[in-house]
Amino acid sequence: MAEPGFVRRYLFSLDHKVIGIQYLVLSMFMALCGGAFMVLMRMNLAWPGVKWPLLGALFPHAMQSGIMKPEFYLSLVTMHGTVMIFFVISLALASGIANFIIPLQIGARDMAFPVLNMLSFWTVVPACIVLLSSFAVDGGAPAAGWTAYPPLSAVRTAVPGSLWGQTLWIVAMALFIISFTMGGINFITTILEERAQGMSLFRMPLTIWSYLISSALGLMAFPALFAAVVLLLCDRHFGTSFYLPSGLFFGKKLLPNTGGTPLLWQHLFWFLGHPEVYVLAMPAWGIVLDLFPVFTRRPVFGYRINVYCFYAIAVLSLMVWGHHMYVSGMSPYAGELFSLATLAITIPSAVLGVNMLASLWGGAIRFRLPMMFAIGSLVMFGSGGFGGMFLGNATSDIQLHDTYFVVGHFHLMIGGVTLLATFAALHYWYPRMFGRMMDETLGRIHFWLTFPVFYLIFVLMHFDGLAGMPRRYYSWEKYDFLAGVRGHQVWISLLAFLLGAAQLLFVYNFFHSIRKGRPAEPNPWDATTLEWQPETSQVYRWPYDYSVPGAATDFTPQNTK
Amino acid sequence: MTNANKGGRAVALAVWLLAAAVVMLAFSRRWLPALASDHGAGVDRMLHFTMLTAGILIVVCHGALGYMLWRFGGRERAGFRPVSERSQRRWSLAAAVFMALVAEGGVLAVGLPVWAQYFGSSAPANALTIEVTAEQFAWNVRYAGPDGVFGRTDPKFYTLDNPVGVDPADPRGRDDIVALNVLHAVAGRPVRIRLRAKDVVHSFFLPNFRVKQDAVPGMTIEFWFTPTREGRFELACAQLCGFGHYEMKGILIVQSPEEFRKWFEEQSRG
Repeated sequence: MAEPGFVRRYLFSLDHKVIGIQYLVLSMFMALCGGAFMVLMRMNLAWPGVKWPLLGALFPHAMQSGIMKPEFYLSLVTMHGTVMIFFVISLALASGIANFIIPLQIGARDMAFPVLNMLSFWTVVPACIVLLSSFAVDGGAPAAGWTAYPPLSAVRTAVPGSLWGQTLWIVAMALFIISFTMGGINFITTILEERAQGMSLFRMPLTIWSYLISSALGLMAFPALFAAVVLLLCDRHFGTSFYLPSGLFFGKKLLPNTGGTPLLWQHLFWFLGHPEVYVLAMPAWGIVLDLFPVFTRRPVFGYRINVYCFYAIAVLSLMVWGHHMYVSGMSPYAGELFSLATLAITIPSAVLGVNMLASLWGGAIRFRLPMMFAIGSLVMFGSGGFGGMFLGNATSDIQLHDTYFVVGHFHLMIGGVTLLATFAALHYWYPRMFGRMMDETLGRIHFWLTFPVFYLIFVLMHFDGLAGMPRRYYSWEKYDFLAGVRGHQVWISLLAFLLGAAQLLFVYNFFHSIRKGRPAEPNPWDATTLEWQPETSQVYRWPYDYSVPGAATDFTPQNTK
Repeated sequence: MTNANKGGRAVALAVWLLAAAVVMLAFSRRWLPALASDHGAGVDRMLHFTMLTAGILIVVCHGALGYMLWRFGGRERAGFRPVSERSQRRWSLAAAVFMALVAEGGVLAVGLPVWAQYFGSSAPANALTIEVTAEQFAWNVRYAGPDGVFGRTDPKFYTLDNPVGVDPADPRGRDDIVALNVLHAVAGRPVRIRLRAKDVVHSFFLPNFRVKQDAVPGMTIEFWFTPTREGRFELACAQLCGFGHYEMKGILIVQSPEEFRKWFEEQSRG
């Protein structure tokens, strides 16, 4: 067979490694977009009503004479959330790294369905294009929040972004779900069917376990959102009333709809929305649990228990969506059940956290970049998790719902835990991707500008939430009860700009090191797993044989008899 | 000290400093808005219980993590003593039991009784009923008037002058008091809110009262609370409802019974 040409090799590639890197590069581009939206939002929140003439020239309509319009602010809020959750973290962690590492770690030659794999990437590219192009349509980008609650998202005159932008949002989400479903099927099949000889399920690294369980969870949860967006599309364009009750009054006109309820959307959306958090967080935990042994030279603590915790969290996560709806008008009795179920999740989560901590005990910790980011991820997981105890509890959620406490909490969890684990994974597997190391000095600067800054921003937001600061506000100038805390927005914005700038450093480091990085040794971290042992056909042991008494080296690869 | 260990100590210090920052922030000011409702004391008890337990957990966990990074950073080789299956199970069991007690125990013992009182009980007979109809971007307020009965409403009667759609044919509705963005209530007398929405989902948020309830089109949601002191309190919309969301502000004026009666009679005459 002839060597594949450039197009076959780098564009429409069937190679899981190339596809994984394609996902990563796409997610970095989307992260730059999502970051730019953040910068615009934070400028307005810190200095409301200030004129930015340059931006006025850039966005003549949305920022007329340099002042941001409230509807443009809401479009930025919506797009930042949608892009970061579905097109950055999902693409980087749950698709990109998964694609790259799953076949390598289980000793498979490639994914079970390489064509499907290529297709899933090339389905998500149009999703990104459709979503971003919504800024150019009449009315601008969607403005109903990433949660898109109807009737705001369903009635086309409810907010300018609902005119056409929301339709593009629906199309982008549908394409994304199709792509994610194809990816999930591929991951599960590959993990179950393509493992090397001797790689029994309980010899798989926890990373693989986390991808197996989170992919299954995603396959169960995402269809609900797919159904939900199709119904929303029908309500918007074909005159149905799934989410629209009778008596809706817009623009001096009574709408003809009858019989629907806005709560239906909330149930469907959060039936996906909550498991989605775990679809993203679980791989992060798997990676952290796998990196600790490499950089402590000790076996992971509680291997099987961690697997059972993954299972428990996956099952429980399908039963807790109502904790987003305590004050939505849902039955208060349901609120009691959802409180108990939600706080039940803290139990396996706490076990995971304790096992991560205990994995450090007695180790010889090597503070290389992957380890530092993994530790950062653990810190976010702990602090974010304790914030969850407030929100999962219906009684305290009455006060905190839809405030900055929620914003701080989910940024620590699906922002911090997953982002830092992604950085850990990228630094760790970079030598396997490109045969070179990422620059250590740049990496350290990036770490110190990311981990503490990220933590402080979102911890401060928790406290502003306790003070009652509502989220998705264009400004809080009108409210006297927030007089003491709205000044924090300036600090938060300055820290956020620093955080955003630091990420450019990472992107530079990533691309610069592809050609200029220090050449890597074949097994630069002295790790046991298969991606560092070329041409493995037989596995003899689990992946955590570090510092085995009597062994020649302090690590014994999985393919050593 | 090796280079790697220096890095470890820096990370350990950062972990400790971040925990210290959390504690300092927590004590730097009173974060919760001043309390003005009866059941709010129960909500605050739940919040304080969780703040205390989560705060202790944050300090302990950051402390332990920093300690391990400090102690084990840069060691030449790992400890050889393997961890037994039994001790792994024990630690996990300890974490599970502890979390069950703190989290589930907190909900069951401190939280749900307050929740049940707030949502599960019907308002006392002397409660003042206020109907609040949310729309983009205002709160329409209606009192039953001297006859104590609300007039029938129907969306087909919505006009600029009749924002809540009172049926003109219904005699009981003629004395209803309709106002915009300002609610009046009496200190010590329970308030029953009948919450409705005309267009999109809004949320009725009284930060000082620990009250938050979404207003959902197509639903009439009732709940009650008791103001405990007089004053002017802000009402904010807490659910994204459109470009004017941030300006959808109302005022709740809590008065003495005499002041309220005077206001009520003025309105009824008008």
